[in-house]
Formats: sequence, C-alpha cells, structure tokens
Amino acid sequence: MLESREITKVFGRKTAVDHISLKLEPGYIYAMLGPNGSGKTTWMKMAAGLIKPASGEMYYAGRPLDVNSRRDIAYMSTEPYFYNWMTAADVGKYYQDFFEDFSMEKYHRLLSDMELTGDLKTRSLSSGMMAKLKIAVTMARDARVIMLDEPLNGIDLLARDQIMKSIVEAVSPDRILLISSHLVEELETVADYAVFIKQSHLIEVRGLEELRASEGISVVDRYRRIYANAGGENE
Amino acid sequence: MTMKYNASVPIYLQVVDSIREKIVTGKMSPGEKLPSGRDLALMYTINPNTAARVYQTLEQQKLLFTKRGLGSFVTEDQERVIALREEMAQELLRDFLEGLDRLGISREDAIEMIKLPAPAAKGQKDTD
Repeated sequence: MLESREITKVFGRKTAVDHISLKLEPGYIYAMLGPNGSGKTTWMKMAAGLIKPASGEMYYAGRPLDVNSRRDIAYMSTEPYFYNWMTAADVGKYYQDFFEDFSMEKYHRLLSDMELTGDLKTRSLSSGMMAKLKIAVTMARDARVIMLDEPLNGIDLLARDQIMKSIVEAVSPDRILLISSHLVEELETVADYAVFIKQSHLIEVRGLEELRASEGISVVDRYRRIYANAGGENE
Repeated sequence: MTMKYNASVPIYLQVVDSIREKIVTGKMSPGEKLPSGRDLALMYTINPNTAARVYQTLEQQKLLFTKRGLGSFVTEDQERVIALREEMAQELLRDFLEGLDRLGISREDAIEMIKLPAPAAKGQKDTD
C-alpha cells in the first residue's frame, strides 16, 4: 500500500501539493486526473522518493518511504531521461544495472509488442516511439508500484492502443498502478478509480463503475463538473 | 476490438450485453471456451477487475459455467439460450415502446408503423 498523509510541497511561493492524504491499494489501476499544473507530477515525485515533502509524510507498505522503497517503486516521468547516444538496447542495460527487478527478457518482449527494435537510436525516435520506449523500460521492472506520468501525451492512436494493452497486462493483485493524465477519456475504461486533483488539493477518489452505477455518469462527466468553473466549486 | 461505451451504464454491463448477443446470434457456440479474464480485458480494453465481474455476472445468469483450472465456457443448455433470446427481445421491445411513448405515438399507430416497410436509414448514427 502507498499512502500520503497530509503531504505538502512548496516551490517558492507556489504550493504545488497542499495537504493531500491519499491511500492506494494493490490490485487496482488509479487514474490521477486534473489539468496541467494541478499537482499530479509533484505528488508522484514525492511518492517515488525523488523529492521531499515540505510537511506530511509518504508511507509505503506501512512504513515511512525510504531509499529502500525505491526498489519496489517504478516511476516514469514526463521528462526525457536517456542519453541521446543510447540505443533502445543500451537503455535496457542501463536499467538492468540500476534495478534488480528489471527483466531483460520482458523488456525485449515489450519492445517487440511496441514494434520497436533494440538498435534504434533514442535521438532518432519520434515522440510516439519515445513514449513507447519509456513505457517498455518502466514496465520491464517487476515493481510493486508502477507510476506513469502522462504516458499518453503526444502519441498517435496505434501507439496509444499498445500502451493501454501493456497497462492492462501489468495489472496484478500485488501491484499498484497509478497513471496520470489530463486526457480523461483515455483512461475511462481501464481505471478502477479516478483520483481528482484540483489546484494542489485532492478533491475525491471515485470508483468508475460505482460512478456509472450510482449516478449514471462517466468519469468525463464527473471531470467536467469538478473542473468546469475553475475554482468555483467546493466539494 | 474497439467498443464504444455508453457513458451512463457500468462498463461491465455493456460487455455482458455484447457477449449475450454473441451467444444468442451463435457467434459463440454452446460449450465454446471463452477467453481468460485477462484476454477479455485486452480484447475490450477494460480493466481486468471489470472483466472478472463480466464473467461473474454471466455465470450468475447461467450463460456460462466455469471448470476449475480450465476456464469459462458458454452454456450448453439450449433452452437457456432460447430464454435469453426472449429476454433480449423483451428488452428491445421495452426500449422501443418507451421511445415511442416519449414521442407521443399511440400503441395503435406504432403497430401500423411496424407493418409498413422500414424507411431507408439516413446514414449511420452512434447509439449514444
């Protein structure tokens, strides 16, 4: 289980994450939703142990998050993070050196599922190919927590299908999947829960099927209600 | 398979309906093995937990049965399939009559309309 308790992060004069308490359970896909700049990336980076909260604390498996937790947590950031001389195969070796749970076999299977080959140079990749490479190398880890920050940004329909497929395949009773997106409808059918973040605050966590069954609305409808009048709605 | 989902109905029920239709129309045969829950999730791009719920629901409706360790299979009970066709026809009829009621068309007029040849469809329209 991954949990934040009253976690807050301030950058200069801007509070990026404001007292967010959120608990994620294994076995589920969570869609973290909200416009750009609402605090999704900052929360994920704190959960990945990459930045420290100003106050509040992250917990993983019932204990405060520490360097050891990183072994269990895979985080795919939006920033490019490969050296541009690397080939896709080099990226795999680089990851293998860093992470004990990295499987080269799985990496190559994912590359081929994504129609990529090991000899491709990262600097020559289109944005869609780069998005797929980042997914493949992240998902090749047998991590207990997988967090993907905006995996569907700037990609075409076919790449999207392949990425969605790899996300569905990664679901396991002992794994937490957290996917952020400002493209709400993309995650509509695959997520179990939607985590709505607005202006650095957590608004609510809703089960997507429960939303349809109890209110007869989709996550897109709910999203519109929460964000339509920026700052206007208090819930 | 890309399925267009209605926004107001739980996704598991929409997939249940899609499979019910395949059983009634014979696209799935009695005794046929169904894909695993994970493969169903991939086919419909749905969450695996939703896929499990689809099979639970179909099993409760006695439209499929599970053999431990072997997977799920379409019912071999022909009478159940015939009853399913009747249920689905009733659902369509109910929706149809409700739609005509909303338009203020009387039952008598509706019956006359059914007897007339169907007008040509004006292009394809999404069902919601």
